[in-house]
Amino acid sequence: MTRLRQHSVIPGFGLTLGYTLSYLSLIVLIPLSALAVKGAAQPWAQFSEAVFDPRTLAAWRLTFGTALIASLINAFFGLIVAWTLVRYDFPGRRILDALIDVPFALPTAVSGIALTAIYSQNGWMGRWLQPLGIKAAFSPLGIVIALTFIGLPFIVRTVQPAVEDLDPAMEEAASLLGASRLTALRRVILPALQPALIAGFITAFARALGEYGSVIFISGNMPMKTEIASLLIVTKLEQFDYAGAAAIGLLMLVSSFVLLLVVNVGQWWSTRHMRRIA
Amino acid sequence: MAISSRHRHTEETWMRNLFIGVSIAFIGLLILLPVISVFTEAFRKGISFYLTSISDPLAMSALRLTLITAGVTLVANLIFGLAASWLIAKFNFPGRNLLLSLIDLPFAVSPVISGLVFVLLFGARGWFGALSNHGIQIIFATPGVILATIFVTFPFIARELIPLMQEQGADEEEAAVQLGANGWQIFRRVTLPNIRWALIYGVVLANARAMGEFGAVSVVSGHIRGRTNTLPLHVEILYNEYNFSAAFAVASLLALLALVTLVAKAALESRIRVEERPTLMEMEQVES
Repeated sequence: MTRLRQHSVIPGFGLTLGYTLSYLSLIVLIPLSALAVKGAAQPWAQFSEAVFDPRTLAAWRLTFGTALIASLINAFFGLIVAWTLVRYDFPGRRILDALIDVPFALPTAVSGIALTAIYSQNGWMGRWLQPLGIKAAFSPLGIVIALTFIGLPFIVRTVQPAVEDLDPAMEEAASLLGASRLTALRRVILPALQPALIAGFITAFARALGEYGSVIFISGNMPMKTEIASLLIVTKLEQFDYAGAAAIGLLMLVSSFVLLLVVNVGQWWSTRHMRRIA
Repeated sequence: MAISSRHRHTEETWMRNLFIGVSIAFIGLLILLPVISVFTEAFRKGISFYLTSISDPLAMSALRLTLITAGVTLVANLIFGLAASWLIAKFNFPGRNLLLSLIDLPFAVSPVISGLVFVLLFGARGWFGALSNHGIQIIFATPGVILATIFVTFPFIARELIPLMQEQGADEEEAAVQLGANGWQIFRRVTLPNIRWALIYGVVLANARAMGEFGAVSVVSGHIRGRTNTLPLHVEILYNEYNFSAAFAVASLLALLALVTLVAKAALESRIRVEERPTLMEMEQVES
């Protein structure tokens, strides 16, 4: 034990190490390895049947497509909101700032039924969209709305600190050199915010891929049309197709791990890069 | 300072107004509207229907399971959070960064998969499926609901404590050892007072997630009414039965919890900023 750590007079190393590792293994590592083993230890034909049959392929397309659109919408509006919250003072700013966290705190099932009520044809928004021929609830558009709702805080809370860190002297220099406000935005501000914006975008995208509660009410869950990948896992479990559920689950898990790895490596790279410049 | 005030002058007013307008409209439509609609839908059939809906025996048993689940989850993850942060912040050992990443792992796992892993372990055809033959029911029973909830809230408390305790260092604890305090005394008298607001912060966030978790719990619960239904699952059942007003009445309780959580979060954040300030001992070190 003493060789494992640097000498310290504080007690409790053995106890906390043992407890932390056992609890981590029981709650997290063993269950996740059950998924890896169940998912991977099946004949390839069976695995690809579960993961690539037409119904599942349609679900992949829908899940990735809606998550991508929602994250792009959030990247655009999230940037504006983050900028507004940091740079401008106006009545209600603190309330607006607090509202950003609502999607974190509100249970997903509650968000799901509330969004469905608003966007179904008699709802507050649905009754305006209906005459325009736009069907929001029970369509892919509804899924995009739900994923935009749950993804927004990820972008805003990642970009906000980056806006705070912007050096006003840089913008000042740009305007002194004769750059218009838009040129300064394009050449000075956006490049400085880019790493945070990309990190927030990928995190929101990863979260949207696995979202379940807020989507299943508004999507309508029609196979081939509005059925997301998470729901397919639930359907397979209800049919006791554990291997099929594990196959889809494993692929989803791997994609979200890869995405979050990209974020972490990117952040590591950009801080190193920044230091080199400074 | 001069630059920033001049900067405010050069900032075109139209741009400022446009940004504020777009932000308010976007947040209002996307986030505020759903929150308001939960409460208006809940009271659509009047206050007495509302009260009947939330005091219904099935709603009550769902509330009971939600409270039990959150209670067990918080105690379990609190003990873990304290052990893990003590280990990582007070000692230096190989593999510390790997351990930090492993603790964060559940954040990267989506809700349905968080439930799925426990079905694969304890379900009828799972690794330990034979347990149910011996009368030990995990899946479609309370233990499964608790396990899935512990999994999804696993990093919450540890994640608040670890950075704070790392920043505070081990000087005060080392001083306490020199003065002859034992481990428990150090923890209670020295460490705990330094981290209490961050600890409460972590508990508040974990509690909101524990009481509101839907996907993971939905997979392991089996939706047995009066037995394995939590409040969010009860909302789903009422909604799927087209009992919309009752569904929103129960949902309004969860929305209220979310709003209280946000207020508590904001209040705690100002307290934690005080905790992060250098302690007296560190300031003395700076002076000397």
